[in-house]
Amino acid sequence: MRSMTAASLGNKYAMSSQVVVSNAGGTLGRSNGTGPPMAVHVAFTVSGQPIELAVDPRATLLDTLRETLGLTGTKKGCDHGQCGACTVHVNGRRVNSCLTFAAMHDGDTIVSVEGLGTPDALHPMQAAFLEHDGYQCGYCTPGQLMSATALLNEPCGPSDADVAECMSGNICRCGAYQNIVAAIQSVRQRPA
Amino acid sequence: MNSFGFALAATIEDALRESGGDVKYVAGGTTLIDLMKLNVETPVKIVDINRLPLKEIARTPDGGLRIGALARNSDVAHHRDVERDYPMLSEALLSGASGQLRNMASTAGNLLQRTRCVYFRDTAYACNKRLPGSGCSAIGGFNRNLAILGTSEHCIASNPSDQNVALAALEATVQIASAHGERNVAVGELFLVPGDTPDRETVLEPGELVTSVTLPPPAPGSKSVYLKLRDRASYEFALASAAVAATVTGRAFERVRIAMGGIGTKPWRSAEAEAALEGMPATVESFERAAQAIVREARPQPGNEFKVELAKRCLIHALRLVTGTDQQEYA
Repeated sequence: MRSMTAASLGNKYAMSSQVVVSNAGGTLGRSNGTGPPMAVHVAFTVSGQPIELAVDPRATLLDTLRETLGLTGTKKGCDHGQCGACTVHVNGRRVNSCLTFAAMHDGDTIVSVEGLGTPDALHPMQAAFLEHDGYQCGYCTPGQLMSATALLNEPCGPSDADVAECMSGNICRCGAYQNIVAAIQSVRQRPA
Repeated sequence: MNSFGFALAATIEDALRESGGDVKYVAGGTTLIDLMKLNVETPVKIVDINRLPLKEIARTPDGGLRIGALARNSDVAHHRDVERDYPMLSEALLSGASGQLRNMASTAGNLLQRTRCVYFRDTAYACNKRLPGSGCSAIGGFNRNLAILGTSEHCIASNPSDQNVALAALEATVQIASAHGERNVAVGELFLVPGDTPDRETVLEPGELVTSVTLPPPAPGSKSVYLKLRDRASYEFALASAAVAATVTGRAFERVRIAMGGIGTKPWRSAEAEAALEGMPATVESFERAAQAIVREARPQPGNEFKVELAKRCLIHALRLVTGTDQQEYA
């Protein structure tokens, strides 16, 4: 497998592809608090790019994306699965990246908002959020977009109320909900 | 977060070998990792069981349904057989959490999810469930979301699961593996009321692994409903919920199964409420007798006294929905 450096993903501090996640306490994971430091080797793809890392077992997928790989599009809000700002796709399904450890994702296919579209080639959902003004401050928007794009492949009913229910795991403190629902509906109602 | 070891289990035998003591299995992680961040759960090692072959949802020879421990809540909720034969379970699952969390959360993880009591989740406070003997901050504290049934002077924490309420009404059984073999436990026997040991929530022993949950064949002619009442319309735990399965012959209840959520220290199956209905006509009088029966032993706190009336109305409304009894008929 071709491995990719964290630096090439934008983290100028990362020096090699074998990145060990640092942690505030300064010690790496220990098997029982007294054994040798522990690092778990994982390989997964992020938005199509193969990644190989040695991670502290404590590193969430969210922190690994942001702090180790420099992919800061995915946002940290509550860090407890209550706000949805950290939503990414794992093997095609939307999940809260704050409530899962990176060590649990060996072999997985991960897509973050960086993999959705580019400024020159927006994903239709990104274009719809622009068109319908689906945000104010924008902090929740990456999570909203990842949920909204996953929802296109989920059994969600046709009404605005159905969409609001399916999107209830993504909080928007600015209160752009009506426009977010309008954006999602415009993409869903577009002829395939 | 404290340091911990990590192991990936390739087989059930692997997982069982790694288990015991302060080792925790992790599947979806939505409860465990949340609580590890709060230092409420402090395992020395976690064993990732997501590679175990426990995701399957399959019919049993007798026409029941076996749901693998690792089947995700969203997959169970949208499974054709669940939607057709056990719609109450699908409704209960879809009324809980969010789309993201349902994609992550497993059947067994939901079964064993911990209470949402704010004092359990905050190590600054006394909590007999988290630290036995330290006291209960919820008694006399903020307890709007806590239990009125099955409580003790040591703990009033409510079981937060919607799934478990449906499983109790459906009379599911839980398959459990350990180094000593396998055993089956009825959902009704799995959960313990707090008593003087609120830290013991189930009859599971250290090192045991839930492998599946099995539903009996659907009762012929039975209709069911899951009704959930909460402080906001979505993504919120129940203040009161009712899972009702009923077979009505003529105008009388032939068979009724009732469990309620949000009000009990465990998923609250009520044989008394069922007995108040079986053989009786589907009328507001019988609904009210069942509602009285389910809250007869209620021991509310000042902060959740409203739940006594709310629980009664919740059950009456669920019975109205499941029997198709419209308002006029019993006005």
